[in-house]
Amino acid sequence: MSTEQLPFPGVRSGVELVPTNDQPQTGKEYTSDQEVRWCPGCGDYAVLKAVQGFLPQLGLRRENIVFVSGIGCSSRFPYYLDTYGMHSIHGRAPSIATGIATAREDLSVWVVTGDGDALSIGGNHLIHALRRNVNMTILLFNNRIYGLTKGQYSPTSEAGKVTKSTPMGSLDHPFNPVSLALGAEASFVARTIDSDRKHLTHVLSAAAAHRGTSLVEIYQNCPIFNDGAFDAIKSNDTKADAIIPLVHGEQIRFGVEGSKGLIRDSATGGVKAALVADVAEDQLLVHDAHNPDPSTAFAISRLTDSGYLNQSPIGIFRQVERPTYDDQARDQIATAKEGAPGDPQQRLDALINSGDTWTVV
Amino acid sequence: MSKQVKQLDRVIIRFAGDSGDGMQLTGDRFTQESAVFGNDLVTLPNFPAEIRAPQGTLPGVSSFQVHFADHDILTAGDAPDVLVAMNPAALKANLADLPKGASIIVDTHDFTGRNLTKAGYDTNPLDALEQGGAGGELSEFHVHPVDLTGMTVEAVKEFGLSRKDAARAKNMFALGLLSWMYGRPTESTIAFLTKRFAKVPAIRDANITAFKTGWNFGETTEAFAVSYEIKPAKVSPGTYRNITGNLALSYGLVAAGVRSGLPIFLGSYPITPASDILHELSKHKSFGVTTLQAEDEIAGVGAAIGASFAGHLGVTTTSGPGIALKSEAIGLAVMTELPLLVIDVQRGGPSTGLPTKTEQADLLQAMFGRNGEAPVPIVAPQSPGDCFAAAVEAARIAVTYRTPVMLLSDGYLANGSEPWRVPEIDDLPRIDPDFATEANHVVTPAGTAEDGTATPEERDYWPYLRDEETLARPWAIPGTPGLEHRIGGLEKGEGHGNISYDPANHERMVRIRQAKVDGIADSLPPLEVDDPSGKAKVLVIGWGSTYGPIGAGCRRVRKAGYDVAQVHLRHLNPFPKDLGEILRRYDKVLVPEMNLGQLSLLLRGRYLVDAIGYNQVNGMPIKAAVLADAIGALVAEAEGIEVDLTPPTTTPEVTP
Repeated sequence: MSTEQLPFPGVRSGVELVPTNDQPQTGKEYTSDQEVRWCPGCGDYAVLKAVQGFLPQLGLRRENIVFVSGIGCSSRFPYYLDTYGMHSIHGRAPSIATGIATAREDLSVWVVTGDGDALSIGGNHLIHALRRNVNMTILLFNNRIYGLTKGQYSPTSEAGKVTKSTPMGSLDHPFNPVSLALGAEASFVARTIDSDRKHLTHVLSAAAAHRGTSLVEIYQNCPIFNDGAFDAIKSNDTKADAIIPLVHGEQIRFGVEGSKGLIRDSATGGVKAALVADVAEDQLLVHDAHNPDPSTAFAISRLTDSGYLNQSPIGIFRQVERPTYDDQARDQIATAKEGAPGDPQQRLDALINSGDTWTVV
Repeated sequence: MSKQVKQLDRVIIRFAGDSGDGMQLTGDRFTQESAVFGNDLVTLPNFPAEIRAPQGTLPGVSSFQVHFADHDILTAGDAPDVLVAMNPAALKANLADLPKGASIIVDTHDFTGRNLTKAGYDTNPLDALEQGGAGGELSEFHVHPVDLTGMTVEAVKEFGLSRKDAARAKNMFALGLLSWMYGRPTESTIAFLTKRFAKVPAIRDANITAFKTGWNFGETTEAFAVSYEIKPAKVSPGTYRNITGNLALSYGLVAAGVRSGLPIFLGSYPITPASDILHELSKHKSFGVTTLQAEDEIAGVGAAIGASFAGHLGVTTTSGPGIALKSEAIGLAVMTELPLLVIDVQRGGPSTGLPTKTEQADLLQAMFGRNGEAPVPIVAPQSPGDCFAAAVEAARIAVTYRTPVMLLSDGYLANGSEPWRVPEIDDLPRIDPDFATEANHVVTPAGTAEDGTATPEERDYWPYLRDEETLARPWAIPGTPGLEHRIGGLEKGEGHGNISYDPANHERMVRIRQAKVDGIADSLPPLEVDDPSGKAKVLVIGWGSTYGPIGAGCRRVRKAGYDVAQVHLRHLNPFPKDLGEILRRYDKVLVPEMNLGQLSLLLRGRYLVDAIGYNQVNGMPIKAAVLADAIGALVAEAEGIEVDLTPPTTTPEVTP
């Protein structure tokens, strides 16, 4: 067995090879003629609006954008965008998107998925997309419940959750999608909130600009089956304490008037919150999303409540450059083609006539 | 001393040894030598699923059978004329397959107490021979005990290898001996060994020396008094090469890419016996072939579907268990009407079954193994070399009709080999992807506005507006301006392709999808019925790798003076249009299959014909002689006559 030193194509933007549009675009152009059919008050509307508003800013040719989804409420998303799209099967969107992104360097590929689609039935494809680092952006709508199947607990639901399928409380320990993605060595991991359009748009921009698989967890309220799951981080009364904002290069401060901050926890090797007044200035953690070592980002992700959400870090946890699977796959093909010039028909003829042949006259 | 040379018209040799003894390589080299010599041949490798089963045991025996002849042959042969047994287990495991009078060459070196015990021998069967042979289980065979290992070690002493490494060259000694016995050309093997071991000169030289010493031993020893000559076979003119089914299938996929101008995108997960296609295609990146070793079977087909959506030709390769996992995704390809090739190299089932053995029991899975009405065209190759043409045909259907296509190969075709006449590139079909480039649906016709100015026609793109002839939908790939559209697994409205829950629309779409697949029959050539006398009352019909045994079985029946017709199906879905009429022409229809009657079921259901099954599911190809008896019995019944096939004296009795 041997290993090859693979060439790194170099740092490029996530949309660098996608043709751009020279005309200004509007959100309307990205709106399909299909009637949107989510429940009134669903968080998905806000995300759709934000995406329709954001895509024109990307300045790409509309025909070079592809949205792929799986199954679930959020997976209807592609029908409402006037781009190329595929509403596929449950959990498999990352694998389909992997095929699209690897086949074509000139496409901006987006996956829309939910907590059940991405983390339950499609968990395998998600982690492998992240480790391969295929150039695509995954929007993971996390409402911590199954909506389309009408209210069973999901892999992100808090343990003990009483639902139709768990009348005495669910027994499953939930996934933390950000921790999971960091564990899979994802190169871009972020978390944002459906109702905060500004932050959502900011994260989407960064995710689109990132070359590789970007995972964006979007906290999204399901008003029917899990209403209020994110109230603590949405309510003006509590959100200062509930949201731990992550901004690259800045101290991680939260609480009223930034009274709290994150510091290293020497007892556990992780991080913990402290009152700023109680610690020295240089003890306060400065967020470094570009740190090649994901350990600190992981430690920060652990500050997310696994039960009812009273506290959660929000922002870009990690953003590092790593070669992408699709770039390298195309590079290998390009290298092989350079090494074998000539008419394909003739080369095919040579191929099938290779090996020990004999001629009968 | 000049030895006697006997003429033979055909010989079946089986090389058998421990999994680590290099029997597959030995058989493969002998095959290549025979192919270059110009014999017709068919091979049958047979090996355990374990990479290295316990040494010296019966489960660890690996064998390679080659049937070569001076005329065209169809199978790897029912029973070996010659067995090369490298250890007691190889002897014991294969003895029952030998006809009386067969020759056995054994490596005496491995007949030690320990190895005999492992193989389940209480006493050394070779001892009985030395004492005159009477009563021993080997007394009915021509046994040549040779210390292959000892002579090999002695011959390669000068290269300073460890005893273990030296002994490993014994397979080349055996190959050399057999090459002498059958007058095989040696150049290709020496060239092969030179290349294979170029980096380890000592091993290279030891193998070449062992090979040559084996040859010289045959020529000089008194133990072998006769050598044999099998003249080259008369075959149609052309350039030939020996090829396995998996290699031919891989080349067929590359050819489909070249002839369609579509880059091939393989999404695959390793599985026996299909992995070789993944390995082979990964070597052909220079043809624009992408191979993605996916995290699982589902991701393999998912990536292929994605690639097809993006304008490549998506392919996924697997075996039966993988098809089970991919079924939902294949249904998605049916619904989205995207081209997709699904290659199923069938193996023994159900479940994990028999990974290294052959079977044809996935036909109904291919036909019906999806939820809903989800018709998928099915094609099947009939011989190793035919895998090439079958792959090209599958691609033609997939691209022309925008549909997933199932290609059913099997373990026997995959690993078996035969001489293959290399086709001319210009003779291969051209496949036109015919991508949509313009809006295809008129929203507002051109007209005149109230103020008298002309208003232009307004068009948009409807992804399900079909070609009237093929019923195929247009294939608009991302990057094509103005044709942005969404497809998916939900039912689509006819024409416009938006989600539709309308009952009448669903009924229409289900019927259209079926009609599209049925309509493929319009593009198929008439079946070729092999009925030499035109008087046959019995028709034998098959599909896939049973072509060889059925053909050989029919030949035996005809040789004995009886009439029988044969037809073989390349297309299992849809059936060719003339099949019903052909079936009705005959009084009896026999359907030999390596399953419990899957094609029979389809023929009975579709044509109300009393298809009689001949079914075998032992993981091995059907034997021609046994099948001939079954055909003969049916001929007797159909014609009201006695049938005596006078079986060749060497045919062993085998339980089907």
